[in-house]
Amino acid sequence: MKSAVKQEVLGLNGDEAVAYAAKQSDIDVVAAYPITPQTIIVEKLSEYVANGEVNTEFMCTESEHSAMAACLSASATGARTFTASASAGLALMHEMLFVTSGCRAPVVMAVANRALSAPLNIHGDHSDTMAERDSGWIQIYAENAQEVYDSIFQAFRIGEHLDVQLPVIVGLDGFTLSHTLENVQVLPDDIVKKFVGIRQLPTVLTHEGKTVPYRLDPSNPMTMGPVAMPNYYFEFKRQQEEAMRNALKVIQQVHEEYAQLSGRRYGDGLLEQYRLEDAEIVVVCLGSTGGTVKTVIEELRAEGVKAGLLRIRAFRPFPVEGIVKALGKAKAVAVMDRSMSFGGNGGAVCSEVRHALYDVQFHPYVADYIYGLGGRDTSPSQIRKIYEDLRKIVQTKHVDEPIKYVGLRE
Amino acid sequence: MAFSEGKFTTKDIAEKPDLFLSGHRACAGCASATVLRLIMKATRGPTIVTNATGCMEVASTIYPYTSWAAPWLHTAFETAGANASGIETALKILRKKGRIKDEQVDVIAFAGDGGTFDIGIQALSGAVERGHDFLYVLYDNEAYMNTGIQRSGGTPLGAFTTTSQAGSAVPGKLENKKPIADIMVAHDMPYVATAAPYYWKDLIVKARKGIEVNGPAFLHVFAPCPRGWRSDPAKSIELSRLAVETCIFPLWEAVNGEYQLSTPSKVIALAPQKKKPVKEYLQVQGRFRHLFTPKYEKIIDEIQRLTDERWNRLLKRCGMTPPAKTA
Repeated sequence: MKSAVKQEVLGLNGDEAVAYAAKQSDIDVVAAYPITPQTIIVEKLSEYVANGEVNTEFMCTESEHSAMAACLSASATGARTFTASASAGLALMHEMLFVTSGCRAPVVMAVANRALSAPLNIHGDHSDTMAERDSGWIQIYAENAQEVYDSIFQAFRIGEHLDVQLPVIVGLDGFTLSHTLENVQVLPDDIVKKFVGIRQLPTVLTHEGKTVPYRLDPSNPMTMGPVAMPNYYFEFKRQQEEAMRNALKVIQQVHEEYAQLSGRRYGDGLLEQYRLEDAEIVVVCLGSTGGTVKTVIEELRAEGVKAGLLRIRAFRPFPVEGIVKALGKAKAVAVMDRSMSFGGNGGAVCSEVRHALYDVQFHPYVADYIYGLGGRDTSPSQIRKIYEDLRKIVQTKHVDEPIKYVGLRE
Repeated sequence: MAFSEGKFTTKDIAEKPDLFLSGHRACAGCASATVLRLIMKATRGPTIVTNATGCMEVASTIYPYTSWAAPWLHTAFETAGANASGIETALKILRKKGRIKDEQVDVIAFAGDGGTFDIGIQALSGAVERGHDFLYVLYDNEAYMNTGIQRSGGTPLGAFTTTSQAGSAVPGKLENKKPIADIMVAHDMPYVATAAPYYWKDLIVKARKGIEVNGPAFLHVFAPCPRGWRSDPAKSIELSRLAVETCIFPLWEAVNGEYQLSTPSKVIALAPQKKKPVKEYLQVQGRFRHLFTPKYEKIIDEIQRLTDERWNRLLKRCGMTPPAKTA
């Protein structure tokens, strides 16, 4: 696909791609706290601020908890706000993640996905964001630094959309993406500025009967973050769910608009399908693993194997319809989970995919593969083995082991 | 610093429209509600308020009602300092970018003792270190009253709470109150003060100073709680006076770290005979009732000793000579 605008190619790692995109997004307030592997993001932002390259207030808070509280408060005041975190930092924000989505503050956060302690581990997996899957944040997982860059702009447009008004996480695999240098095509500043625009505020009806922008404004006083008793709380939560449903459409619209501009497309924005049209055995995954899977698919296809990939880009909202459509005709599906749900029925991704397929009349066999925890490398040969498993499942019409661990010493 | 001291007359205050309105659900005799109302009388113009989780947040904003005629935000228990940081920072940049009116908007954060001495001290300390321009008001009712009277770092020695119970083995809380205002002075912040609602004008003037000062200001306000203190709801304001007169809660200011006594406490410093024994303050509160038994009466002496010790230290800080030790 050709782009309508001339783009420059820069050598950026995933973190730098985030920072560069953030720089171009006309952010008003950044409140953040350093944590590996996202630290490069805040370092870069600090550098942009120091060099006067951005018109942004940069606040180094004393914890991630305060970073999120400050982002939420700045957002409630009407500012476009951004932060970055990972692992323990995201876990420390846990309480505030719910408050932020509950207050309908469209904060954007890049998460350089990292394992959770204990034992302490700074490397990549999805334990951190998967633990926040019910926190009311939209979650988008990128496959490479280019997609990271592209997703940041989309995140602002999605979160700030008047039908959505929800915070957005853009996930990039720790080290695999955050610290790996790639060629990234960047758009000119003015083009991006036009695309992201200035934050638009929804209007609300005040107690005085006035229709005013939803923000803390002394001219139109508003009480935000009140107490809601059992007689009202439930309705607030239902509205959040409605906003998530709306996001399904908005993510696709924004993605398409951006694709027209940049020439880059990631499926329909929710799901990326790779060689899926006639695929009989399919791997489902999130993030950078998609790249490895694609390589293996090419090898398998050359051997005549009908292998395909479904990469889930938006995990929240979970695109059930698209998943059913994409996998409904497959014979066997392997879902790759880069986090554990201890004591659960498989990982988070597999549980949801399997659940989505339940109502399909002739649904495929589904097997769960837990992989890559704490940054353990996942090789093409291991992916190949997964496809071999799937072929065996198709032949024997039976899933021997519903949950398998990839590359693990047992 | 250009302060507005003396500008307030009773008439001014009475005529100024309330920003904290009646209809809230605070308990009868709640001093915190009075404190909030008085402080909102001290605003100098457009103001945004943020509130930590606690009595005042819960009592004033039960959806779909609100007692706030000022824009108001609550996010969580431990976040008052971080909220004020975010609001102030957003105002600064939005004004710079011309997205909001180019006018001074003040930021006030309210939090109770739980939200300040304990769970919120980190966010408060961070916000002060970063130098945000806001007034932080601690309304101190000396326990987690909202959840039903549990001890906090602000609960005084010997007090009964539901988590520092007084029984045959333990005489209520075993530890003394954290000197929170001194901790804030140690942050090298421009303005720290203590206040009590009985001295309402002193309270309003201090709040105004805290608003007008450039940078962070901290106001520690004593707020008797009849439910938690087991005291007469009609006597809350009087109790705040007794706390000052016994030097349990002296009134002072620290401007750029320089301590000075405020008039009600200065009067006592200059005429030590006016200093009342702590017993007078303790005996009118049910939370100290067990101290008036032979088993625990020595704790009253200990409270007196600690009170004197802190008072004398304060006098020294204010450049005044503590009275010579008797006996």
